[in-house]
Amino acid sequence: MLAAETLVSGWFLENAWLIGLIPALGFAVIIMFGKHLPMKGAEVGIGSMAASLVISTGAAYQWVQRTDAADSHGEEAAGLISGFARSLAPHAAEGGHAPEPFVEPVVTTWVWWQNSGLEFGIGSSVDGLAVLMLWLVAFITLLIQIYSVAYVRGDRRYTHFFASLTLFAAGMLVMVMAENMVQLILGWEIMGLCSFLLIGHWWEDEANSRAALKAFFTVRVGDIGLLVGVAIIFFGSNQWAVDNLDSNGFNIAAIQAWALSGDPSATNWVLIAGAAALFVAAIGKSGQFPLHTWLPDAMAGPTPVSALLHSSTMVVAGVFLVARVYPVFWQGFNIDDGGLSFIAIIGGITIIVGALLAFVQDDIKKVLAYSTVSQLGYMMLALGTGAWLAAVFHIFTHAFFKSCLFLAAGSVSHSGSHHSFDMKKDMGGLRKPMPVTFAVWIVSTLALTGVFPFAGFWSKDEIIDNVGHHGYTFLFWVGLIGAAMTAMYMTRATYLTFFGEPRGAAAGEHHEDEEHAEEHEMETLTVGAHVKTLSAAANIGNGGVGAGDDGGLSDDGGSGDEPHAADGDDHGNDAGSDHHDDRGPHESEMLILVPIVILAFFALFSGFTNATPLGEDWERVKTYVEPRAAEVPIDEYLASGPGESLTLVIPNAEEGEGEDESHGEEAGAESHAAGGCGFETPEPGTACFFPSLTHAEPTISKIFLSLGVVAAAYAVAIAFNVMYYGRRNKRLFGLTERSRSLRGGYLFLKNKYYLDALYENVIVHAVAHPIANAVYWFNQHVLDATVDKVGEGTKRTGIWMYDNIDQKIIDGAVDGSGQVASEAGHALQPTQSGKVSQYGALLFGAAAVFAIVLVIVNVS
Amino acid sequence: MLVVNFLLLAAVLFCIGVYGVIARRNAVLVLMSIELILNSVNLNFIAFSLMHGNIDGQVFALYVIAVAAAEVGVGLAMVLMIYRNRKSIALDELSEMKG
Repeated sequence: MLAAETLVSGWFLENAWLIGLIPALGFAVIIMFGKHLPMKGAEVGIGSMAASLVISTGAAYQWVQRTDAADSHGEEAAGLISGFARSLAPHAAEGGHAPEPFVEPVVTTWVWWQNSGLEFGIGSSVDGLAVLMLWLVAFITLLIQIYSVAYVRGDRRYTHFFASLTLFAAGMLVMVMAENMVQLILGWEIMGLCSFLLIGHWWEDEANSRAALKAFFTVRVGDIGLLVGVAIIFFGSNQWAVDNLDSNGFNIAAIQAWALSGDPSATNWVLIAGAAALFVAAIGKSGQFPLHTWLPDAMAGPTPVSALLHSSTMVVAGVFLVARVYPVFWQGFNIDDGGLSFIAIIGGITIIVGALLAFVQDDIKKVLAYSTVSQLGYMMLALGTGAWLAAVFHIFTHAFFKSCLFLAAGSVSHSGSHHSFDMKKDMGGLRKPMPVTFAVWIVSTLALTGVFPFAGFWSKDEIIDNVGHHGYTFLFWVGLIGAAMTAMYMTRATYLTFFGEPRGAAAGEHHEDEEHAEEHEMETLTVGAHVKTLSAAANIGNGGVGAGDDGGLSDDGGSGDEPHAADGDDHGNDAGSDHHDDRGPHESEMLILVPIVILAFFALFSGFTNATPLGEDWERVKTYVEPRAAEVPIDEYLASGPGESLTLVIPNAEEGEGEDESHGEEAGAESHAAGGCGFETPEPGTACFFPSLTHAEPTISKIFLSLGVVAAAYAVAIAFNVMYYGRRNKRLFGLTERSRSLRGGYLFLKNKYYLDALYENVIVHAVAHPIANAVYWFNQHVLDATVDKVGEGTKRTGIWMYDNIDQKIIDGAVDGSGQVASEAGHALQPTQSGKVSQYGALLFGAAAVFAIVLVIVNVS
Repeated sequence: MLVVNFLLLAAVLFCIGVYGVIARRNAVLVLMSIELILNSVNLNFIAFSLMHGNIDGQVFALYVIAVAAAEVGVGLAMVLMIYRNRKSIALDELSEMKG
């Protein structure tokens, strides 16, 4: 029985490419006309993101409809089948689960490039993962742009800021909707470029432009992996894809199917090499352990950039890449065997490394940056152990609470601590002047640390639960310890920022305020310049002191690693519009508060979209986002054309071979279910696009275990903070300054495990310099000599060629042909008598001859 | 039989035209001879059109008439200019094109 049914598609799904195109066009408009627009280009950015959000919301709605339609057909078919299938394959019917049909992505592409039979397109390929990411990126970027209107108001490159922000979102959207690896690389590189532009937004300060370069180059190291990996996979899979799917090795669906096909070409070594190379790209982009160093330095950019970079774009691109071509990693790293995969190890290391570093940061944004590193480690850990869904769900929830935390930190520095991000020097006690910021900070902190019922609880707990379920006991404890550490460092940050006595700028202790007030009243350029010289003088006088009690003086330039150090330059125009008056910290304006309140709302409730412990009905993300592990008949898959509504056969219904997922859970399988996609070779003529994953059954004891760990960590951290900082908050002598061994550990962390030193001093100097010297020597002695010799030889050959070939043969031939033509012309000259009648006679005579020839030919 | 008469007439006209073009010295007469040739061709068209019951030939003949009118216009203008320059329209005196 082939129950071919037309799947529901829709305008939004088929035109999802607009989601990426609109911001790209918006970027062009802002760059070209932005400065002449009333809001300096911000309205174009916000408008284009709003349009993208509308379309992606429509696409999400239609995707849900499409999945529902496919499921209802699947259930009908299964009901018919299970009657006779029961005897053949009892397990299929026993669970009462219908085999979940594969829901094909909606593909709309145009040919981008083609050559000798190889072609790839550009357009959109929308499936559950793409829909989720598209909506997320559009939503978060829209809120961040609204926030930025107030936050970077008066900036000298205001228009460019919005242009880059919009292009950044476009890059991520293009990458997320990619149908082939080439488009994915395109979006990936656009993001890399834009991150460079945005991190170095205030490039006048050398630290900022260095941070931008560092981010760019570190990510480039990973990008080499991306190119190599795409090439390896292309050459591995191309033949199979051409033969079986009428596609090629760039097509993502073809790559997925190839990796799971069990074809001889998909050998372990090709897959391992490809997966390892692609994972290097993910390490670079997603800030995993050895290459995480660029992420905290990226804090040099404006806060909205940090929020965007760390939530929904850029850093999750690496995680997305792994999730997108998951079958390659699944097979390459043997996740199906329950082996300890490279991804899981790196993820586990990153969790602990990032969390430890977050303890010693004084910059509130760097705490959050290392927190992001740690959370990305969770995502990788989940992907590496087969918990695909939990990883994607964590991307979703993490985006909300992390962007909320960053924007709240921006709000604090914008209105509370006078553009300083130093928690020890310029913050403290801010909960009273900034109640709304404090509230959203608390909500999203609770979400980040995984407290019931906030978003992070549902996603992070699911990751930890699934890691344990798949048999990785050690990594399970790593995850729990990471969760405890998250609670501790966030308590520290919260305490230092919002509790205790106000310090530095938060106490209104800086001279700058009065001067700004003065500037605000008089608003003349000369006074502004005067203020600049004054503050410069203050900075010179104060340079290098930087102690806590007189930090107010140096908060605008005393500390070298402070992103906003050159405040007099960066926010020179800021003071006039910034509601700065002589009172110190105050609540931010509505344009800043509204986006963070919305984000806090999602940080609170977004976890309920996949609340596994509450039962299957709550698992919406699982239903709609996780690709179905089903064997799809290839000819049905091929029937789908660009933008057409697709047909579908209920996979394997006739064989009575159901989805093994329920079976695996029911059998209480220790790690993975045997059989199904990713474990067996698909039937001839069918292809799998996603491995069959098992999901952990939530148990009360595990939930209480993780909640208990977090609660204990909170208790310890709060107690420590109150006891320690509470008593000594006037002068924050660290414990680390008194105990030698602790001091050593502190310095080790403070110097970021000396990884930066390793990269810059050891690798760059010790490796790059000899190489550069060797290359120079080689250049001078070998290459130059060769070039000289070759040049000499070429010159001699050239002279000989000129004398013999050119002059004699070629010139002779040209002259000869001219002469021949001239002679022939003279010979024919007498025929041109100039007499009209003679010409006419020739004409008619020739016509008559031809007519006669024609007649003879036709007759005979 | 009917068609054969038409074709014969056309052939006669064609021959007269060719004779005129080749043998006549007067440029105006040469132009008139060309007209004869064209009209003989027109006759052929119409005759075949009748024979096959197809209107295409007649339409084609209309086009030929239009082209012939234009051609005569250009030709007469040239003859006029030649007469003004040389006070003669004898074609055998015109041999500037001799190679």
